Amino acid sequence: MKAHVIVFPGSNCDRDVAVSLGKAMGTPPGMIWHGDSEVPSTDLIVLPGGFSYGDYLRCGAVAAHSPIMKDVVSKANSGTPVLGICNGFQILTEAGLLPGVLMRNASLRYVCRDVHLRVERSDTAFTSKYESGQIIRIPIAHHEGNFFADDDTIDRLEQEDRVAFRYCDASGGMNGAGNPNGSRKDIAGILNKTGSVLGMMPHPERLADEALGGTDGTAMFDGLVEALQ
Amino acid sequence: MPMKAKIKITLKNGVLDPQGKAIEHALSGLGFDGVNEVRQGKYIELDLDHDDEASARKAVDRMCEKLLANTVIENYDIEFELS
Repeated sequence: MKAHVIVFPGSNCDRDVAVSLGKAMGTPPGMIWHGDSEVPSTDLIVLPGGFSYGDYLRCGAVAAHSPIMKDVVSKANSGTPVLGICNGFQILTEAGLLPGVLMRNASLRYVCRDVHLRVERSDTAFTSKYESGQIIRIPIAHHEGNFFADDDTIDRLEQEDRVAFRYCDASGGMNGAGNPNGSRKDIAGILNKTGSVLGMMPHPERLADEALGGTDGTAMFDGLVEALQ
Repeated sequence: MPMKAKIKITLKNGVLDPQGKAIEHALSGLGFDGVNEVRQGKYIELDLDHDDEASARKAVDRMCEKLLANTVIENYDIEFELS
């Protein structure tokens, strides 16, 4: 399996995700600078977390128009799986690969802690090693993670079963119980129509090693390797 | 004749504005009564090389749609001024 991580000026989770993904793959993914114009032939593209372009204008807005993004969008549209984590999720919405927008947290605070998520879909390349309904613990670290979309878009996401993860409390309680940022419908991660693009605010790469206090994120990378091998 | 575009970007109606809410609370905490609602936005100025307003408007419209505003949640309003 070949995977590539896009590095923007201000990305700061690019190496973390390369380590977690590389551990699952047995070989490190390629790192691609945002100023390049083409991603080499690949089975997976990762847009990492961080503060691309210092979050200027809107989070992800400038990165979404980086030279490399033309090829990322074109590869995504022809079916190459794309995983956007945190700032990567923001970039995916700004690039139009996912609907909605990540707004300032309702508390107006930067939130950095572990949260619980309910896995809503286990039939995607990203989540095949999880079980539908499983509660997992994954860290978040963001100031703009408050998922917003208009009613029609939210309805469409629900009808098309495109919510991949929802915030919940430790026992799976939802409806705001474990929602750290005010996201509509407790949404923590969504998929595109075909399930080949996933954007999520939580950081699975930060909890994929016992030394870091947990391994609930490991299944995402193991699942990707199994699905895309 | 160079001109200036003054772009006002505001949140659409119905989009929650937690920053506006925080400002509203701060104003009332300072004793300013009679403020019913606060909405916070952005203001951007562009110095342009265009000769006529029609072509400038066309260009700035595209800039707003593509980058300056996120039309999922924001409206924009452009004013031109000869400089």
